[in-house]
Amino acid sequence: MIIKDQIIAIIAEQAMLEPSDVTMESTLGELGIDSLGLVESIFAIEETFDISVPFNANDPGDSDFDISSVATIIAAVEKLKTEQGK
Amino acid sequence: MRRVVITGAGTINPLGANVAATLEAMREGHCGIGPLDIRDVDRLSIQIGGQIKDYEETTYFNRQQIALYDRFTQFTLLAAREAVGQSGLTFSGELADRSGVVLGTSGGGLNTQDENYRAVYEAGKNRVHPFIVPKLMNNAAASHVSMEWNLRGPSFTVATACASSNHAMGQAFNMVRCGMATVMITGGSEAMLCFGGIKAWEGLRVMSKDACRPFSATRNGMVQGEGAGVFVFEDYDHATARGAEILCEVIGFAMTSDASDIVMPSKQGAARAIAGAIADAKLPRDAVGYINAHGTGTAANDKTECAAVADVFGAHADRLMISSTKSMHGHLIGGTGAVELLACIMALRDGVIAPTIGYEEPDPECALDVVPNVARDAKVDVALSNAFAFGGLNAVLALRKH
Repeated sequence: MIIKDQIIAIIAEQAMLEPSDVTMESTLGELGIDSLGLVESIFAIEETFDISVPFNANDPGDSDFDISSVATIIAAVEKLKTEQGK
Repeated sequence: MRRVVITGAGTINPLGANVAATLEAMREGHCGIGPLDIRDVDRLSIQIGGQIKDYEETTYFNRQQIALYDRFTQFTLLAAREAVGQSGLTFSGELADRSGVVLGTSGGGLNTQDENYRAVYEAGKNRVHPFIVPKLMNNAAASHVSMEWNLRGPSFTVATACASSNHAMGQAFNMVRCGMATVMITGGSEAMLCFGGIKAWEGLRVMSKDACRPFSATRNGMVQGEGAGVFVFEDYDHATARGAEILCEVIGFAMTSDASDIVMPSKQGAARAIAGAIADAKLPRDAVGYINAHGTGTAANDKTECAAVADVFGAHADRLMISSTKSMHGHLIGGTGAVELLACIMALRDGVIAPTIGYEEPDPECALDVVPNVARDAKVDVALSNAFAFGGLNAVLALRKH
């Protein structure tokens, strides 16, 4: 499965939606994912890709991990995988 | 001072997944103790327990709930669902603001701790699920009950080892009695039957390898159990005004501290708690017909408890009945007093005294009517429930037939 599909599957499960309901432009807020759902999604991403995601729930904007849409999350994961040699 | 009544009861424990099944098992003297089915049981020297068998969390909860509900929270919510359902109460407006939750537990989310210590220490993982803290914390169960039923008044968790749920119910009783709350959801829960939870108890060398036989000369220790009991404690005037069914009245509570030893019980501490609960209920001591004993099946507890009862009641000690249902469901530690309160309710409402099963041979140091092996029909107007914790913290409740 390609990275995009894996991430969409993680987000869809968290939002209790079908993967087809998750678009690249969707924001987590639009999908109904709250702050607990966000940290659980990040945990699932770390487990799935064996990477460490720099994210502090106190200030989600203050990290390189851009969670503003599904597309930015996918791009951020691809970058982390490269940087962390996975 | 307000009168306090019980208008709902719920449970899940090794004898049954609800109150009716549990009381039926107690009447029949069933034993819910058996071989443990847990990971690494072969590395334990104690391999029996009162485990809730055939329990599938996915039957009751969805994936997101399971991510937040440790086994002790799950048991609590199932018991609370039965209790609140029976009471017929819904909580909104002023009633919601004047109602709360006080629950006992000793280990809290011990299974969650055990699993995640395994993950980081044994499996060498460097990452745990983000909800471990809200899942393992001792107040998780009380908080989820408050959230599920919109209870917005005073809510907290009491941890006093084996007396946790009696202490919790004592607080709930006094909070309703003094007018601080109209309804309190109370009781306790424990889910300690995991490798670490049993290994720690093994260390004390007080556990039986074969059975829990309280008061019997052949007793050789306690057996751990798991489960929850939850009750609705309600202001009597509020309950009668809405025509609620009343299971029994809570009439007294006392707690004392031995202030002596961290594990050995004291006759004086236990006796002061028993006498205190009767005094709090403003009753003569000979009004008591049944005592649900702490009755752990250890050498020390049972003889100390019997001596305390003999001291408090004098000649009446030979006329009252005292039984330990731990012989059937095991010692539910922080949840035990809650499940045992069901035996008191059965005695008062149904006139059936739960037996002490596994009783083989009289012990001269436990020379009371322990209702050996077979349940008994008897009319009882007042019942006590004893709990004496490690740390010398004692809590006794008094109930009256309604």
